[in-house]
Formats: sequence, structure tokens, C-alpha cells
Amino acid sequence: MPAGIDTGDTAWMLAATALVLLMTPALGLFYAGLVREKNTLNTFMMCLAAIAIATVSWAAIGYSLAFDEGNGFIGGLDHAFMQGVDFAPREGQTIPHLLFFAFQATFCIITVALVSGAVVERMRFVPFLAFAALWSILVYPVLAHWAFGGGWLMARGALDFAGGIPVEMGSGFSALAAAIVVRARKDHGRQALLPHNAVYVLVGAGLLWFGWFGFNGGSGLGTGNAGVLAFVNTLLAPACTLVVWFALDLVRGRQVTAIGAATAIIVGAVAITPAGGYLSPGWAMALGAFAAFPCYFAILWRPRTRVDETLDVLAAHGVAGFTGILFLGVFAQEKWNGVSDGLAYGNADQFVDQLLAVLATPAYAFGVTYVLLRLIALVTPLRGSEREEAQGMDIVHHGEEAYASGEGALLIKSEAKPADPKPRERVKVGA
Amino acid sequence: MKLVIGIVRPERANDVLEALYRAEVRGVSLSRVQGHGGELDRVETYRGTRVKMGLADKVRFEVAVSDAFVDPTIEALCEGGRTGEVGDGKIFVVPLERVVRIRTGDVDDGAVTPTTEVV
Repeated sequence: MPAGIDTGDTAWMLAATALVLLMTPALGLFYAGLVREKNTLNTFMMCLAAIAIATVSWAAIGYSLAFDEGNGFIGGLDHAFMQGVDFAPREGQTIPHLLFFAFQATFCIITVALVSGAVVERMRFVPFLAFAALWSILVYPVLAHWAFGGGWLMARGALDFAGGIPVEMGSGFSALAAAIVVRARKDHGRQALLPHNAVYVLVGAGLLWFGWFGFNGGSGLGTGNAGVLAFVNTLLAPACTLVVWFALDLVRGRQVTAIGAATAIIVGAVAITPAGGYLSPGWAMALGAFAAFPCYFAILWRPRTRVDETLDVLAAHGVAGFTGILFLGVFAQEKWNGVSDGLAYGNADQFVDQLLAVLATPAYAFGVTYVLLRLIALVTPLRGSEREEAQGMDIVHHGEEAYASGEGALLIKSEAKPADPKPRERVKVGA
Repeated sequence: MKLVIGIVRPERANDVLEALYRAEVRGVSLSRVQGHGGELDRVETYRGTRVKMGLADKVRFEVAVSDAFVDPTIEALCEGGRTGEVGDGKIFVVPLERVVRIRTGDVDDGAVTPTTEVV
């Protein structure tokens, strides 16, 4: 084992990496439940595609652009194609560099998957793959470099524990741009477009919360105080968001909704993401409760607009991430985090740095995503005909149905094969 | 009195309902059915097994109407259900012998006319 490796830290980070990877299929389930049944598979497949595409682009260049030294804006190319990524730890870390690479890869993956929520039920699959590839190179690594990789925000001292900047605001504001470029579904605002399986939504939210313990708890990169604090805050904050969400539901509609509860879990976990290792448990609970308000009303307001940001990535991730980053600028406590105090504890500079983060991140994410999709649209149409949209993305793009009945399905015998000259060797069964 | 049966694409069901509503036709049943018309078969693949889906999902409207409402109902079904592609569906009109409203015991035309009582 190379010098400087801590076995306890490494063991936890191996588990945390697997937990974060689970979040992407969980998101697929969450999203699939929210769409109509004819688009179930396509919606889930966009999340799986994120795993495929973002992992490859991360290994090729994304990791280097995010975590190689480079300049304040973007990393260099010294780690391209995983050069120099091996068992020795990075400076100041106690886990193998390879493991750090994989842990960070899972963050890029889920962020790409999150953006798909803005364009489901209408965007063609192949242009989405192209978008995922380019976005995971041009947008995510840049924001990750700013927040974690030694970029200008980090150098100024802006705090982001587990990805409020690249993951939550990055996905939320990119989703807004994507929804604007791809435009609304043909039935948006004309018909009620309802979630087809609320149980998927609840199970997906539950699995996301489970994975989030690795996401936030792992972002201390070990078993130190910061990771433990973030882990516990990941329990506390979403629970408080749930309680407030129930109350808002009761006041508004006299009933507590299940899909609302699933949304509240996400909102609370997002809000605590940037702040997990920096806030006392008490302030983490306050943040969870507070974050419910802007997100609840953003979700109510969005369907009244013409922007069909279909699965509310902006409201749940962008707004909650924004809230968490600012809240932490006010209530961070050096007594708990050993790093910095916030405005309420006498350090106004911290709040200014957080303010810069919530101004610069949305601008970059929105702007680059907008241009990127416009450019892809010049090469290939982003969406199909109205008829294809009516038929559903599952049949049109995947040739499968999520709930095929099997009745009336006729087996097609494989296309006439050339006559086999010699009989195939029998495979021996057993030993 | 006639029973108008309209079989349409599921994605047009909402448009048909709107058209029926505009034609002031009240009292509709609908069910999800599978059927085969003249449309081309769809080929799907499940783990290497290729299948021809001979049956397509459709929505079946059943509307019992008095004679004066037969034509408006047919027009509404056509207007809401048509896309111009093969597979838009069909309408069948069959005579009705008796209709009874269970709540009141009203029969025939009285039973297919929407009640105007204020409940």
C-alpha cells in the first residue's frame, strides 16, 4: 500500500462510491414514475445513458478538466485518459487517487442524468447521447473545477461540501436552458399529463436518499468529522423538509400528497448537499425546513408558465442548491467545521463568496447548455414528429414497451440463416 | 336510440372527449381495448427475441344517444379521433332495444337524455 493511505477512509470511500452510483438508477426510477407509461423506458434509459456516456468521457478527459491543476477556469490535460491516476493518494488525501477518480465520476454521471428530466417525453434519444457527451465535458468539469478542483471559486474560499455548485445548480439551470431550447411537449398546457406510477416515484426517492448518504457522507473523503457531520445532516435535513412539506400541503389542499413527499426528500437532500459538512445539526435542520418554501412555490408556479421544464429539475435542484449555498454562507460555524464561519458568526466575506457562486454558476450552466443544444440542433433535430411523440418514445426509440401485454405478439423466426455447413459443437453441460 | 361505438387511438381519447363535450353529448363510457385494423404491424425486440405486435392499444367509446344525437356524436368522434394515418379506428352504430336508468327507472329516450335536475 502506498504511503499516506488510510484503510478506514479507503474502505468507507469504496462503499460511498457504490452508494452514489446507485443514485442514478434510482433517479431513473423516480423519473420513470413521473412520466406517462408510453415514455417509461426512454426516461429510464436517459439515466442509464448518463452512466455509459459520462463514465467514458470522465475517464477520457472530464476528470482531468475538473481536477488537474490547470488555471482558475478549467483544469489541464495532465490526467487525460487517466494518466497518473493510480494507487498513490492525491496531495492532502488519504485514499487512492483511482478511488477519488471513481467517486467523482459518479457525481458527473448523476448530474448528466438529472438534466434529462427537463427534456423527457419528447427529445430524441441519439441527440440526447450527443448532448450527454458534450455536456459532461464542457459544463460539469468546469463547474467541478471551480468548486472542488482548485478553480477560482475554491481559491476565493467559496464553500461547497458535496456539489451544490456543479451538481445541483449545474443541473438545475442547465435543465432550464434545455427545456427552453427543446421546447414544450405538444400536449403541455392542453392536457393533464400525470405521473403514471407514484410507487416508482416513492421507491426512487427512497433509494436516492439512501445513496445520498454516500454522496454527502463521502464528500469528506474519509471518516473524519466533516464526513460524519454531513452523513448525519443528510438524515436530519430531508426529514425537516418533509415535515414542512406536509404542513404546506395540508394548508394548501387539506391533504398530504405522496408525490409531494417524494419531492420533499429530494429538496431536503439537495439543500444540505453543499452545506452538509459545514453546518451544525441544528442549522442543518433549519435549512431543511427553510428550503421547502422556495422549492414548494417554484413547483407550484412552474406549470403556469410556458416553459415545460418537465420534471422540475430547476425547482428541486437549482433552487434548493441555490438556497443551500447561500444559507451556508450565513450559518456556517467554524466550531463545527473547522474551516470558516458564516455571516451570522461574524464572517461577512464568506457570504460574499457564496453570493459569487450563486451568480456565476447559473450563468455558466445556462449559457453553455443553451448554446450546446442549439449547435446540436443544427446537425440533427432534437425532437421527432408529433405523431412519434403521441405514440411514445419507448416504441419509437427503443422498440420496446414497459408494459407489453404479450397478447397478439407473434414470434418472428430469425431471418433465414445461411445453411450451417457443419453441425455446431454441443456445449457440454455440467462437469 | 342508437349505441355509437367508436374505437380510436389512445392518444386521441382526450380530443374525442373534448369534441363530444362541445357537441353537448353527455354520458360516455370508455375502455381500453386491443385490436387489429389494417395498420402495419410494429416490430419490437426483447433481448434478442423479435416479435410482431399484431394488436394495437385502442380506446373504445360507447355512447348511447337518442336519434337526434347520432350524427353529432359521429362527427365528434371523427373530429377528435382523426389523424389521417392508418389506424385511426372505426365507428359502429347499432340499434338499442331498451335503456333503463337505474336510479330513477326512467326508460328509453328519458334515460339517454342527460338529467337536468339540480342535485
